[in-house]
Amino acid sequence: MRTFCERLLALVFALSVVCVAANAARADAYEDALAHFLTDSFDDTIEGINAVAASGHPLAEKVLGALQARRLMFSAEQKRVFFKDDADNLFDAAAGSPAASAPSDLAQVRLNNRVRNIIAAILGNLTLLSPDPNRRFDAAQAVFKSRDATALPTLEQAIAKETIARVKRALSEARAAIILYTETSAESDKIGAVALIRDRGDNEALALLRGLPTSTPPAVKQLAADAITGIESSMAAWETVRNAWFGISLGSVLLLAAIGLAITFGVMGVINMAHGEMVMLGAYTTFIVQQTMRAYAPDSALLDYSLVIAVPLAFLITGFVGILIERGIIRFLYGRPLDTLLATWGLSLVLQQAVRTAFGPTNKDVSSPSWMSGSFDLGHISITYNRLWIVLFTLTVFVLLLALLRYTRLGLEMRAVTQNRAMAASMGIRTGRIDAMTFGLGSGIAGIAGVALSQIDNVSPNLGQGYIIDSFMVVVFGGVGNLWGTLVGAFTLGVANKFLEPFAGAVLGKIAILVLIILFIQKRPRGLFALKGRAVEA
Amino acid sequence: MMTSFVARSLDRGALAFLAILAGLAVLVPALNLLVPETSALHLPTYLVALFGKYTCYALLALSIDLIWGYCGILSLGHGAFFALGGYAMGMYLMRQIGPRGVYANPILPDFMVFLNWPELPVYWYGFQYFAYAALMVLLVPGILAFVFGWFAFRSRVTGVYLSIITQALTYALLLGFFRNNFGFGGNNGLTDFKDILGFNVQAPGTRAALFALSVAALMLGFVICRVIVASKFGKVLIAIRDAESRTRFLGYRVESYKLFIFTLSACMAGVAGALYVPQVGIINPSEFAPANSIEAVIWVAVGGRGTLTGAVIGAVLVNYGKTYFTSGALAPYWLFLLGSLFVVVTLALPRGVVGTFRHWKTERRERATPQRAAPVAVPGAAE
Repeated sequence: MRTFCERLLALVFALSVVCVAANAARADAYEDALAHFLTDSFDDTIEGINAVAASGHPLAEKVLGALQARRLMFSAEQKRVFFKDDADNLFDAAAGSPAASAPSDLAQVRLNNRVRNIIAAILGNLTLLSPDPNRRFDAAQAVFKSRDATALPTLEQAIAKETIARVKRALSEARAAIILYTETSAESDKIGAVALIRDRGDNEALALLRGLPTSTPPAVKQLAADAITGIESSMAAWETVRNAWFGISLGSVLLLAAIGLAITFGVMGVINMAHGEMVMLGAYTTFIVQQTMRAYAPDSALLDYSLVIAVPLAFLITGFVGILIERGIIRFLYGRPLDTLLATWGLSLVLQQAVRTAFGPTNKDVSSPSWMSGSFDLGHISITYNRLWIVLFTLTVFVLLLALLRYTRLGLEMRAVTQNRAMAASMGIRTGRIDAMTFGLGSGIAGIAGVALSQIDNVSPNLGQGYIIDSFMVVVFGGVGNLWGTLVGAFTLGVANKFLEPFAGAVLGKIAILVLIILFIQKRPRGLFALKGRAVEA
Repeated sequence: MMTSFVARSLDRGALAFLAILAGLAVLVPALNLLVPETSALHLPTYLVALFGKYTCYALLALSIDLIWGYCGILSLGHGAFFALGGYAMGMYLMRQIGPRGVYANPILPDFMVFLNWPELPVYWYGFQYFAYAALMVLLVPGILAFVFGWFAFRSRVTGVYLSIITQALTYALLLGFFRNNFGFGGNNGLTDFKDILGFNVQAPGTRAALFALSVAALMLGFVICRVIVASKFGKVLIAIRDAESRTRFLGYRVESYKLFIFTLSACMAGVAGALYVPQVGIINPSEFAPANSIEAVIWVAVGGRGTLTGAVIGAVLVNYGKTYFTSGALAPYWLFLLGSLFVVVTLALPRGVVGTFRHWKTERRERATPQRAAPVAVPGAAE
């Protein structure tokens, strides 16, 4: 028994000695490598980087990372190297333990672009085998850019082990990049590599193919040239898709702002210049809802859904204000649309100033819920969730409104009044009540628009003014008395605006759109989807 | 013949109004220049400039009243013509600075030197001559109004559609003039003027002369408007205002009437802007803001549309109120007041101050002599 224990002890001891010896050898190489950082010369630093990486020491990645982030320090006097962590704590680079005190001559290991590129490449190689797939992916991207031939063996190893398709493709692309930039690699390999990079099809692939070394065989060069034209045309197609998406996103914002205006204008023939202020009130409602929830239920999970609460509330509040406006002012001005325009403009001034007095002139901070922040990639375009939500929300509102007009009694009566007010009144429809309800509905929808716009625009007393002219343009362009006209008008203007922007710039694009609408109105004075027949001049 | 026609179109009220204006044109400069500063009757120079500003606004209001009160065209973009006239004058004043600018460039205005423009753009040529600039003051707003009106009236864009389109026009110009590469000084506009026709724009004498000129322009504008509305042409305009389709069916070319009056009104607004710029010393893109144009419309509504004198009185009243309110502790309440003015005037006082007064006078006369009763239409009420 005793002998067994002794033997075991001896074995353990022997094993540990072997381990320690191996570790010690590694540690020696590592510590020698660190010494290169003490001389404050770029060449030595590069040698140090290569040596640290070659040592395979567990701290190697940390030290190189620190160097990259300008957090690697050295003391020439004590001949020691240190690194700082994110919180600025100093660590001894050799041992990895916190440093007791900072030496007086602590200096940063300096970097230049050459050194930085080498670090990026080496770190890429080191992390190619990282257990975290995202880091492997990033590393593959780094190698793709650096095209560092020394990474090739690691890369092959990583590709063989890789199981996630996305990362595997990135790794293969990185390998293809290296192959194309290595003179000695076989022509058939290069041809395969070009095909792989062509499939990648982004700006970096383009840069890579354009910069091929002169020694590339002519067949490969020809293929690369084809690939470049291919990528360029596919990128142009993606650019079109991207512009279309931005246009749809802008169009949905326009639609949301204009749709309420369209129904009040359609039914009552009056222009509500205070419409923008209804949008603004909706945005402030969102702000108040969020403030209240923060004050009374700061930890509640509901906080993330404050927008969901704000939507009906904004509808009710602005709808009520709308009915008040109609009963208090507009109904006295029937048959005088120009006077209505002026009166509602005055009202918009009063509302703006009231909000400015109550909340101050500065922008209010309305936070985005977690389910609305962030983005995802669709092909080569990035789609943010808040824009996507607004598009979906707008379409929902549109469909609901369409259903309301089509299937409810109120909708029926509203359509009747739009088509022929006198006849509708003769049929026993109380047109005054319909006007009030229409105005309330239009204002309520403006309030809902305000909730959505609070997510993408500054919530300030001037919020509504930015949308009012655009909304009018949509209504005028789309035509009165038909919601589909508003839909088509909004999306046409949104998409046209975004397609003009790259050529003409944002402001000139907008001017061009305004001029086009002015010209369009000459051609079709009543808009795209005009009411026909007797209703026109009613 | 011609003089008798003008004389006939000026009734007693119009003559009295012109006399008051002429009196002001003499009195204000006299009180400023001839009365010693120590005297209680002395009028400070800043007030002369302020009155000059009001006079220019009054001319703008007159031009709006001519088309809105008599032809039913509600332009929410008349500020654009005002500002274009102002820019034409500003360009002349800019060229007069010459080598006295900060960068001492004899040709290029300071902002062009600052933005590294190599040479003067073609559309700035000729603005060193006052006559050319004065011509442009009339031509630029006039041509724009003509082209715009030709398109708009020919396709029978009327009512609120026209109002919205005019607003879009001034909005488009606002966006354009904010751009530096348009060559009109971008955001900062044109300013730092030195002299006009060799006289220092800051000197009290020049200010008094500019004021007198503005009043003279207002008087001329008033006479022109008065002559037009009293003529047969004016009667057709009123017919268009009250029943456009019927007038067309009676055989009048409604578009031509509208186009003429719209272009004339734009030229008047341009002159108002040109006189405004040397008196306030700056012109920048904010003059194109749609809000400014709408504000000008409310001056007319307050004074009384379709009365001409009312437009002038309304412009002065509202702007005096603005000066009074925005210069004191009441500044935050000015917008409440202005906003309420829009609502109250349209609801309770659709004829405006002068219109209500005239209406009251006619009613009293009718009550005295009931056999001569005639229907009195509310201007602009029927659309």
